[in-house]
Formats: sequence, C-alpha cells, structure tokens
Amino acid sequence: MQTPLEAIDLRCVRGERTLFEGLSFTLEGGDLLRIGGPNGSGKTSLLRIACGLLEPESGEVRWGGESILRLKEEFWVRLLYIGHANALKDDMSAVENLGVASTLAGIVADGRQVAEALVRLGLAGRENLPVRVLSQGQRRRAALARLALGAAVPLWVLDEPFTALDAKAVENVQELMRGHVSRGGAVLYTTHHEADIGAAGSRRIDLAGG
Amino acid sequence: MGINWFKYSSPQTFFPLAGRLAFVFGALALAACAAGLYLGFFVAPTDAQQGESYRIIFIHVPAAWMSMFLYVVMAFWAGVGLAFNTRLSGMMASAIAPTGALFTFIALWTGSFWGKPTWGTWWVWDARLTSELILLFLYLGFMALQAAIDDPRRADRAGALLALVGVVNVPIIYFSVQWWNTLHQGASVSLTKSPTMATTMVAGMLVMTFGFWFYGIAAVLLRARCIMLERERGSEWAMHYARAAA
Amino acid sequence: MIAALRCLILRDLRLAARRSSDVLTVLLFFVIVVSLFPLGVGPDPKLLRTVAPGVLWVAALLASMLALGRVFAADHADGTLEQMMLGATPLGVIVAAKVLAHWLITGLPLVLISPVLALQFDFSQDLLGVLILSLALGTPILSLIGAIGAALTLGLRGAGALLSLLVLPLYVPVLIIGAGAADAAASGLGGTAQLLLLGAMLIVAGVFAPWAAAAALRISVE
Repeated sequence: MQTPLEAIDLRCVRGERTLFEGLSFTLEGGDLLRIGGPNGSGKTSLLRIACGLLEPESGEVRWGGESILRLKEEFWVRLLYIGHANALKDDMSAVENLGVASTLAGIVADGRQVAEALVRLGLAGRENLPVRVLSQGQRRRAALARLALGAAVPLWVLDEPFTALDAKAVENVQELMRGHVSRGGAVLYTTHHEADIGAAGSRRIDLAGG
Repeated sequence: MGINWFKYSSPQTFFPLAGRLAFVFGALALAACAAGLYLGFFVAPTDAQQGESYRIIFIHVPAAWMSMFLYVVMAFWAGVGLAFNTRLSGMMASAIAPTGALFTFIALWTGSFWGKPTWGTWWVWDARLTSELILLFLYLGFMALQAAIDDPRRADRAGALLALVGVVNVPIIYFSVQWWNTLHQGASVSLTKSPTMATTMVAGMLVMTFGFWFYGIAAVLLRARCIMLERERGSEWAMHYARAAA
Repeated sequence: MIAALRCLILRDLRLAARRSSDVLTVLLFFVIVVSLFPLGVGPDPKLLRTVAPGVLWVAALLASMLALGRVFAADHADGTLEQMMLGATPLGVIVAAKVLAHWLITGLPLVLISPVLALQFDFSQDLLGVLILSLALGTPILSLIGAIGAALTLGLRGAGALLSLLVLPLYVPVLIIGAGAADAAASGLGGTAQLLLLGAMLIVAGVFAPWAAAAALRISVE
C-alpha cells in the first residue's frame, strides 16, 4: 500500500452522545491497527467513518491527501470492508455470492479462484449449497473468503472478523491478515478476541467508551 | 461592512434574533390581516356575478399563494442544508413545513366554501384546487418522513432530499393537472376565472397576502426556536434559556 | 462497469426466480384490484369501457408501490447494499441496474397481462396498443420515482405506508398522462402526444432518479 490513510481530528456523534473526538491516526503499508474499547465506544462507527459509509461530525479521512468522500470509487476500489453483516444472499450459494461480490468490488476472479478461496476457508464440499443452510460459522467463513481473493486490495477494514469462528478458522483468518500485512497491505480491525495476531507493525488504539 | 450574516448561522446566536423578529412580524401580521380583512369584507364592492360569497377569496388566494411560496422557501433551506451541511438550515426547513401545510389546508377549506354557494358542490376538481390537494400531500409526506426518523441528522437530510425532489415536481404536477382539467370538459367551473377585479379587491388580497406572509415568518421563527432548543438541549446556551424561562 | 451491471441484474433476476412467490404476489394483486372495480361500480359495459384505462393505471400504480418494498430492503438487511456502496461502480449506476431488474420482475409482467384485463373491460381491441405502450413506458417511470421513496424510507418503521404517502403525489403526473393516452385514443384524438410525453418523462427520470435515489441511500445507511 503506497498511500497512507489518514484520519484527522475525527469527532463522532451518534444520537446525542459524542462517542469520540479529536481522534487522529495514520495507517500505512505494513500496519495492523486494532481498535479496542468497550461495547458502545464507537468502534464500528470509527471503522465505518474510515470506509466512508458514515460522515464524521467533524474532521476528515484522507487517502493520499484527498478526502475519501470526494474520491469515492477511486478510494473504494482499494478498500475491502467486511462488517458485522455477512453480506451474503441466503438464496444463492457461497460460490455465487463470492462471484458477485468480487465482480462488484472490481476484483477479477474466475470460478476456479473463487472455489479455491472458499476451500481455503474450510468450506470445501459446502460451496454450492444455498447460504441459508450453512451454520453461523460457515456463513462467516464464506463472508471472509473475500480476503483470500483480496490480496491486491491494499486496505482491509474488518469489523469483528472472528465472530462465530472456531479456533482453527480464527488461525486461518489471522494467517491471511498476517500475510496481507507482510506484503505491504494494511489492516484496520476490531475484535473482542484477545489473542495477539503476531504480526510486525501491530498497533492498538483504544476508544475511551463515552 | 455591514452585519456579519454568518454570525447568525449558528442556533445559539440566531435564537435571540429569531425571538425579536418573531415579535415584530407577529405585530405586523396582526395589523396587516386586520387591514386586509376590513378591506375585503367591508370596503370592497359586491361582486356582480357572485354576490357576497366571493369575499372568501381574500383568504383563499393569499393562503394558496403562501402555501406554494413556503414550499419553495422550505426546499431552498433544505437545499442549503444539504449543500453546506449547516444544522440551522435543516431546522428552518422543518419549521416551515407545518405552517405551509396549514396554509394549504386553509386554501383547500376556503376553496370548498367558495364552491358550495357558487356551484353547488363542496368540492370541485378544478386544476388549482387539485394541485393544492397534492401540495398538501407533499407537505404531509415531508412531515411524516421526518417524524418517522429518529436520528435528527438523517431526518434533516432525508427530508431535504424529499423537499428538493418535490419542488422539482411541483411545476410538473401543476401542468399535468391543468392539462387533465382541460381534457375532461365536464368540470368547466374554474376558480381561476375570477371576474376582473376592482382595485379595492386587488388591494385587499395583496394586504392579506402580506399579512399571511408576516404571520408565516413569525410562526416559523417561533417554531424554529422550539426546534433549536430541542435539538441543542445538551448545550449550555439552551439550558441557560430553559432555566431563565422556568 | 458493464460486467458489474450485467452481474447485478442477473443476480437480481436469479434471486427473483428462486423466490418467485414475491413476484407472483404483485401480479396477483394487480389482477385482483382490477377485478374489484366492476364489482364496485357495476357491470355496465359502457361505463367499464370508459374507466378501463384509468382503472388499469391506478391498479398498476398500486401494484408498483406494493413492490417497491423489495428494491433495496432485502439487500439492506443482509449487508449486500453496503458492499455495493463501497464497490467499484458508482452508486447511481448500481441503482439504475437494480431498478431495471426490479421493473423486469414486477413491472413488465403487469404490462404483459394488461391486454387480458383490458379485454375483461371490453376495451376496444385497436386501442389496446396505446394502452399497453402507455403502461410499458409508464411503469418504469413509476419504478424509478418509487426507488427514491424506497431509498428514503429504508429501514424505517411503517415504511410501507410512509412510502405510499411520499411517492403517490409524485406519481400523479405519470398517472394523468398515462391514463390520458388511452383515453385520448378512445375519444379519437390519438394518444401520440401523451406517449411521447411519457417517453420524455422516462428519459428524464432515467437520468435523474438513480442519482437522487443513490443520494437517499447514502443518507439512509448512515
């Protein structure tokens, strides 16, 4: 990731509460930045602001010096966001879902690569079933399979990626994150999971919890 | 140079100004409406064709004009709020809607009163009345949308978008309704075909228009003050006013 | 970008095919509403012939409004809408694709079945062409304008009724001109003017509505 992501003096107000203010940080290639804090402290809101889904009350987020809200698609092509919701259509299979997700995100991936990504996340044999019949953990893994296809996307923003995953899957995803960071990408994430990912360039910012 | 207008773009500074202006315009409104009603009901001559019942136009027409004018003003403030991300503009737009809806309702109601003695029906599908009815729905839709959204920021911005889409559609709606009206020649009655008006009649209508306009300004400013206090109730200046009033 | 659009439209069509009950419900609603009118106003053929265009148009309008709930709601609920907002294609284009798919699923069936229903009203066969064309041009406009309302009311309580209140005033010009086309044809004036006007409205709506709806989506998803 050549250009850094800069968050400048962010202030977030939800409803009537100021969740955080004066928050600034820079994310560069090789950074693994974890946002910590108690429930309700604004972690998800911060991640959404960093993606451009939410406008901060004041302050801005810049990519290469320009506000991401002005860059729009130019920035979003370089972003991979996995939020709380899995973003999977129940009536389609994991393969179909991943194929659509990649195309819409501008990631080029043929059928073989899509299938491989799902196998990588441990979904071999289940990739053609409608997502409706998969368990919570399997659905989360199907959602996270985008990471296996997202090596070329510099910035990953992950909101609670390890939810509903068993230990093996957690290690799997952590490996993907480590790999991405070591190749020069950046990851911004939140989690309640207390294990250290063990990558160089790990940092942590804690939100006070309004 | 002169007044620094931007000074008043924050709720805190606008609040006291709004209060003073509301008082002034309220008084002016009272005076203008009194004068206008006197002109309309006592001075203006009896109409040759419609007798005394035509006098309702002194309320009907100014109310209709204000209803349309206020919608445009509301859309203007909504647009400013969306473009410049200013809180006060959104509050102004929200403050205008109920008054605009009120004038629309008055226009419809008085239009109905006019229709009954003149053409024997309580409602006429005249182009103007039908457009007024749709305008009422536009106002109510705006108010309903804002009421349904809890987050004030989303409510402001969603309402603003709706108001802008509405204001673009108002001329389209008006012309299509006009067209519809001329097509179906059964309803040949028209409230727009007023007889040529004596000067006092025109004067009466104009004075009433000003009266309604001033009332509109006063009502909107007072409502805006309430909205400001409600939205900013966490801040110091709002608490100061609340305590002072108690 | 074309690949993304094709992918999105095919996706929506595929999803509709797998949940065909949604689609059929809207169509059935249209048929039932149209059938209710003669029960309400009496079977006099002359009366029915006169009101046929208006009835079909109002029913199409109501069915269209009923269907609007599914344009964005499902995608919003499972998080796919968010992903589209963070994708490589501008949101306005995405919205246009979704509205097109939505019309293919809910609007086009209405247009296709309308001649059958018009015959129920003994509507003159040579005028059927104008009626069908007016619906074919008008229902996409309804979907486009409706998408703005659907985007504004995304996720709100009572969104269905609120959506109707927001969108019906905006539908009025389309209704007047659309129904007016068949009426004019029936009275011998020819419906060409109205059809051309509908075509123009379709183009304008097609250009502006997706962007307004995209702006509304961003406001609603915050």
